Amino acid sequence: MAALRLERLQPHGLAPLHLRLEDGELVLVSGPSGSGKSLLLRAIADLDPHPGEAWVGGLARASLPAQEWRRRVGLLPAESHWWAERVGDHFPDRLSPTSEWTGPTGAPDLLNALGFTGDALEWTVARLSTGERQRLALARLLAHRPEVLLLDEATANLDEANRTRVETLVTRYRIARQAAVLWVSHDPQQRRRLGGRRLVIEAGRLEPER
Amino acid sequence: MSLIALQPRDLILAAGLVLLLALLSWRLRLGVERRVLVAALRSAVQLTLIGLVLQALFAQTSLALIALLALVMLSVAGWEVMARQTRRYAGPWGYGIGAASMFLSSFSVTLLALTVIVRVEPWYQPQYLIPLLGMLLGNTMNGIAIALDDLTRRAAENRGRIEARLMLGATWELAIADLRRDALRAGLIPIINAMASAGLVSLPGMMTGQILAGAAPLEAAKYQLLIMFLIAAGTGLGSIAAVWLGARRLFDGRQRLRLDRLKQA
Repeated sequence: MAALRLERLQPHGLAPLHLRLEDGELVLVSGPSGSGKSLLLRAIADLDPHPGEAWVGGLARASLPAQEWRRRVGLLPAESHWWAERVGDHFPDRLSPTSEWTGPTGAPDLLNALGFTGDALEWTVARLSTGERQRLALARLLAHRPEVLLLDEATANLDEANRTRVETLVTRYRIARQAAVLWVSHDPQQRRRLGGRRLVIEAGRLEPER
Repeated sequence: MSLIALQPRDLILAAGLVLLLALLSWRLRLGVERRVLVAALRSAVQLTLIGLVLQALFAQTSLALIALLALVMLSVAGWEVMARQTRRYAGPWGYGIGAASMFLSSFSVTLLALTVIVRVEPWYQPQYLIPLLGMLLGNTMNGIAIALDDLTRRAAENRGRIEARLMLGATWELAIADLRRDALRAGLIPIINAMASAGLVSLPGMMTGQILAGAAPLEAAKYQLLIMFLIAAGTGLGSIAAVWLGARRLFDGRQRLRLDRLKQA
């Protein structure tokens, strides 16, 4: 049973596509800007109307309420948005970002793993730098424990040390939770370094990267 | 004390003041002289017409004719709400949300006032029904127009925030809860302010009218209070209905934010 399966899914401007990600599998997607990488992720998260069907762990999207689907299929957009004043208000009440997740790698603390201390929760969003926002948005997403991760340029604004932190954390989460990860990245070195299956969007089609 | 009937000469003098204002606007290059004159002319024509219509209507107390007039008032108010939106809902919703909410609130509150509170016999006696309904429609129209405009404008501005919450598994209602609350508050502020300052800063229009017409000031105050309470209830009800319908329409069955359902006016 695949972790994520797409059947004839057709984001705006793309040809209908099929894709299958196994449990714990990493797939990297690249393509020229404007080719529809972000629209692909938005379509999988069901944020824009489009034809096609998707399954997560054997459950059809149409059989789940939209909010339940989006909780399982977590999208990290290229630009993060914050609706409350304090960072901590964006985290789920019961699943605190310092709590453990079960899995073979043990119990990483989301904030520590991303180079923050627990008091980052008390910070106001307005004083965050672009890089801090990006990392905290990942912590916020992982705190909701999605089964599939859709990452849109998750390290675009980060220095090398923080990029490594993000890559390490996502890998640990993927292995510990057996989560499928679909990662849009424009950085060829990163795509090679992370070592998953590589796809590219060209002329509206999703194809293996050569 | 009785009503002093106004002569044409009196109105011409008052109209002269508006002309003076238009002249000033022209001299000071404010650029509103045309609009001042058109609005003044419109009000003159509209009020004269409604005066004539009401005079004819009062003469016969026909339910069908009264219903027709009420319907005309409602549909004009519906257009007015739509015209005041910077972003309108596409299709029939643009008109329907405002008109339906006004119908729901104004008509039910007016009916309640006529049958339970003032107990007019028959309940559709136009001398009571038309002014009551008019005042309720006028005020709920303001509240609904402000609330809807606030909701759609801020939904368009805050698309990223709303979708961020959806992406984390929030329902549409949670994702737009803050905006809905703010829009409702915006719609209710004018009537709250009007109630809070009534009598201190200015005498409300209806009370002024009754006093000018020779009613005892305390009686006029009682009527004004009644109207204000009705207006507050009607505006509240109407704004709640409009904001609920409007927010619902911003999302589809899969709880996606559908800003494509709004179009720039």
